Amino acid sequence: MQSTVSMTGALPQSRSDWRERASAALPFVILIPSLIVSFIYVFVFTGWTLYISLSNSSLLPSYGYVGFEHYAAIWQNRRWNIAYTNLFTFGVLYVIGTMAIGLLLAIMIDQRVRGEAAWRTIYLYPLAVSFVVTGTVWSWLFNPGSGIEFLVHRMGFTGFEFSWTTNRKLAIYAIVITGIWQASGFAMALFLAGLRSVDQDLIKAAQIDGAGMARIYRRIIIPAIGPIFIAVIVVLLQFAIKTFDLAVALTQGGPGIATTFPAIYVYDLMFQRGQIAEGATAAIMILLALSVVLLPYALWTVWRRRKEARHG
Amino acid sequence: MASVTAGYDPFATSGAWRRSRAKIGVYIVLAVFAAWYLLPLVVVILNSFRKLPEIAANGLIAWPESFSFDGWTQAWGTYCVGGTCEGMKRNFYNSLAMTIPATIISTAIGAVNGYILSKWRFRGSEILFTCMLLGVFMPGQIALMPWAFILGKLGLTNSTSGLVLIHVVQGISFTTLFCRNYYLNIPDDLIKAARIDGAGFWRIFRKIILPLSPPILIVTVIWQFTGIWNEFLYAVVFSSGRGQPITAALIALSTNGTNVRNYDVMSAAVLIGALPPLLIYFFGGRYFIRGLTQGAIK
Repeated sequence: MQSTVSMTGALPQSRSDWRERASAALPFVILIPSLIVSFIYVFVFTGWTLYISLSNSSLLPSYGYVGFEHYAAIWQNRRWNIAYTNLFTFGVLYVIGTMAIGLLLAIMIDQRVRGEAAWRTIYLYPLAVSFVVTGTVWSWLFNPGSGIEFLVHRMGFTGFEFSWTTNRKLAIYAIVITGIWQASGFAMALFLAGLRSVDQDLIKAAQIDGAGMARIYRRIIIPAIGPIFIAVIVVLLQFAIKTFDLAVALTQGGPGIATTFPAIYVYDLMFQRGQIAEGATAAIMILLALSVVLLPYALWTVWRRRKEARHG
Repeated sequence: MASVTAGYDPFATSGAWRRSRAKIGVYIVLAVFAAWYLLPLVVVILNSFRKLPEIAANGLIAWPESFSFDGWTQAWGTYCVGGTCEGMKRNFYNSLAMTIPATIISTAIGAVNGYILSKWRFRGSEILFTCMLLGVFMPGQIALMPWAFILGKLGLTNSTSGLVLIHVVQGISFTTLFCRNYYLNIPDDLIKAARIDGAGFWRIFRKIILPLSPPILIVTVIWQFTGIWNEFLYAVVFSSGRGQPITAALIALSTNGTNVRNYDVMSAAVLIGALPPLLIYFFGGRYFIRGLTQGAIK
């Protein structure tokens, strides 16, 4: 059939025309499957979970509308109460601790130390390994019968007590420390990149004016990397809100329910207790918490870019 | 690592004595933190080669006085968890069978998407890109119920293929973002010239874009591989028993009901689970860090 078409003379014109149009549309056509899949993933999945949270689902999804019943219920729930209180405590301490240590390490490495690559490799490796691994190993070290407490006892200080993970009040701090241990190398890497992007002439000028190093950091370098601080805070808050594997591996949410986090709560309600609607409600709350962190950041980024564009 | 030259010496303003004293202080701080970072890694490596009675007597943090490969052989092939005595090897292979296809597929799709969204832009492509980008920020919990439903409909519940599907779909937004941002730096004139010469969509991709891509493809592959290998939530929800990837199996192992903790076996098991990402990190660290900073900031 193709050969007959090309022999008629008039048709090839329209065929190449059609072909041109097809090739112009080709990129879009190739993109379509990804677009559909992403659209489903982002919007349909979110809408679906939102609807389940407003439904009377229990063990299986069902679609009887009950309004915000579960949202009212969840705030009365003691366990959810513990979960978001933990998230708040963890989030604040984790962000502050990670940034403080990250900045300290970045400034230290910035002092023209020998073996910079080796130091950086050591501080960053926890990020390559899963929380399942690092959380498990830390849980052994926190374990009084085998870890740090045991070591100190063997050294002769038998009165020493270090059993945070088995203590309701202290377990959350064990999670904070492990979280900081995991993420501060990341903060260090970003801060270090920032420290090195600061205008060197500015620093030299200050040195000529006789400013000491502490003063140069306080007055010139750290203010200049302000945007990086905000980026690091946003990323760390995201990590904190999604905290799941770390707490599961370290304390399994315990002792009891003392270290429940919102993400653990969702998992538990959906897959252990068959209360799908309430699990979905908690998932939506996690999404909301993320939006509260990310939306202002996105707006701020856009605003800053516009400002930069205006001032050239 | 990146060869950045520090342009000034912060200690240049102080005297020689103060300078060397401050420098020693710097190294002490760095060493103390390095010890804190390395503690778990060193402990787990040493204990994987110690004998259990010695660990029980001296604790986890102690200089090894015995040596054996038992921990490793048991952890790999014979240790019993929940009735089956196959060690971690099956779970290790499960993780490979999940991670390798998901990484390759999502990276390939991301490269083509990134190419289109940077070099073949059309009306509305920026908005569509922003929508795709939202996938980067979606918390996994939101997608749990929908995935459970879809995997059930497709008959992929408790299968490695199901997890591959999940990780490909969730990975597309990341890989597209990485590749698009990288391809934006390739001059448009290069593409224009090729088009004038009559090169089409795929030819330009093969002849111009792909040869320039290795740096970003390495970053993307490393990012996807470590991310998927280390993932836990979907692994534990959508697989069970012998079908579990290694992260889920490790949690099952370490929260095993028995009171006796076989730290030698468990240390080796944990290392088996940590090895692939650790190797990638030590050999491709530069790319890993690049991915990290890009993924985090942009």
